[in-house]
Amino acid sequence: MNSVIADFFRWLNAEYGLNFSVFHDAFEWGTFVEGVGFTFALAAASIAGSVLLGMAGAFMQGARSRWWRAVVEAYVWAFRNTPPLVQLYFFYFALGPTLSRAVGSTTPVLSNISWAVISLTLFAAAFNVEIFRAGMEAVPHSMLEAARAMGMNRRQIFAKVTLPLAWRISLPALNNNLINLIKTTTNASAIAVPELLYVASQVWAQNLNTAEMMIVLLVFYLAVIGLFVLLMSAVEKKLAVPGWGSA
Amino acid sequence: MNESVSAVAALGPWLPIILQGFAFDVLISVLAMALGTVAGLFLGLGQVSRRTALRAVSRWITQFFRNAPWLVILFFCIYLMPFELRIFGTALPFPAWIKGVVGLALPVMGNVSEVVRGGVQSIPSGQWEAASAMGLSRWQTMRMCILPQALRRMLAPWMNTYAVLMMSTPLVSIVGVDDSLRVAGSVLATLNDPALLMPVYGLVLVLFFLYCAPIARWTRRLESRA
Repeated sequence: MNSVIADFFRWLNAEYGLNFSVFHDAFEWGTFVEGVGFTFALAAASIAGSVLLGMAGAFMQGARSRWWRAVVEAYVWAFRNTPPLVQLYFFYFALGPTLSRAVGSTTPVLSNISWAVISLTLFAAAFNVEIFRAGMEAVPHSMLEAARAMGMNRRQIFAKVTLPLAWRISLPALNNNLINLIKTTTNASAIAVPELLYVASQVWAQNLNTAEMMIVLLVFYLAVIGLFVLLMSAVEKKLAVPGWGSA
Repeated sequence: MNESVSAVAALGPWLPIILQGFAFDVLISVLAMALGTVAGLFLGLGQVSRRTALRAVSRWITQFFRNAPWLVILFFCIYLMPFELRIFGTALPFPAWIKGVVGLALPVMGNVSEVVRGGVQSIPSGQWEAASAMGLSRWQTMRMCILPQALRRMLAPWMNTYAVLMMSTPLVSIVGVDDSLRVAGSVLATLNDPALLMPVYGLVLVLFFLYCAPIARWTRRLESRA
């Protein structure tokens, strides 16, 4: 850690009693960095997982088989209409031990971090399925007819017309949902995943600097979400089709 | 199989308090929604104000509460609000669940503020011009012409906000409010039977689903009609 910064926060503590301990105590700085790392890892893994699963779900909803469509529909309704925290508890406190007993293992089959990723992925993917489906439905029919008139077959139309356009239409709604997902990673602290909120609560339990750590938390999450918004709007701009849509 | 059936039967006497916990969830969400809606309405009108400073401040407050994680705001309220309020010498107790209501109402306020701004701005500017041609002041136009039309458009996103709030209400269990999720945990700790884990947490999931799914269905109907 940079000693100038550490000295500044030490001075702030001595002079004004504002104890941002994570910035001047080397040990707490270490746990803070680890917490940030876990938050990023949780967010990255569940973003990737939920986008892939959402696409798979949207693809399955277009399937001919009625059975597949019903399965996806049930999944979407179940996960959209129950609280993510209760889902997380169900997975970690109920399904986890039951699974361990079923395979006859005395140690947990999956760690709390794995369950957090699984639970967050399933929660966000339920929303992504709807988002991608709406995007595919919003591709104008005339485009598809034009593609057919040019002699493309069904698979070509899907890969070269529907998918690229649907992806762009879906982006704004997808970004909103992914922002929500980043915020929901804080739920993982409830099952003791050492992400930033959990680390912060341990720091303030030791140093009684709740207000200062709250400020650190809020600034961190607002900065991360601000950066994510900037990044995604750059992606949107980069992908925008000239003269199509108001992106 | 037999053993798990008897285990579930042992759960019977505990059902009422789990249901009571869920009723508490509903109560907290309704109060937070009411508080957040009133505050969000003012904040949203601030966002479409003609005063630049008021608009900027409202915009920042809205963005702040929309983008901060619910759980962090909730922690903020639980740990940093006083446990009682002293007004003219009388102490007004401020229990955790009321702090929870405030903590949930703040992000709701941010979301409702955006709903109000979107609703007001979706009304064609011709309405404003027509009203001013009839000699209505800005506030009169807002109250008698714009808001009645905007309210209808705001209904579906407002209900969506309530759905998001209900999804976040069990977070109060983390900060020590006896809602359904926390009661479920206590019941499981008391009975100490691993066969009950799935049924009890499953029951909480089902309760939330039965409450939220019809609301979501209704919202979707409103959206498709709009």
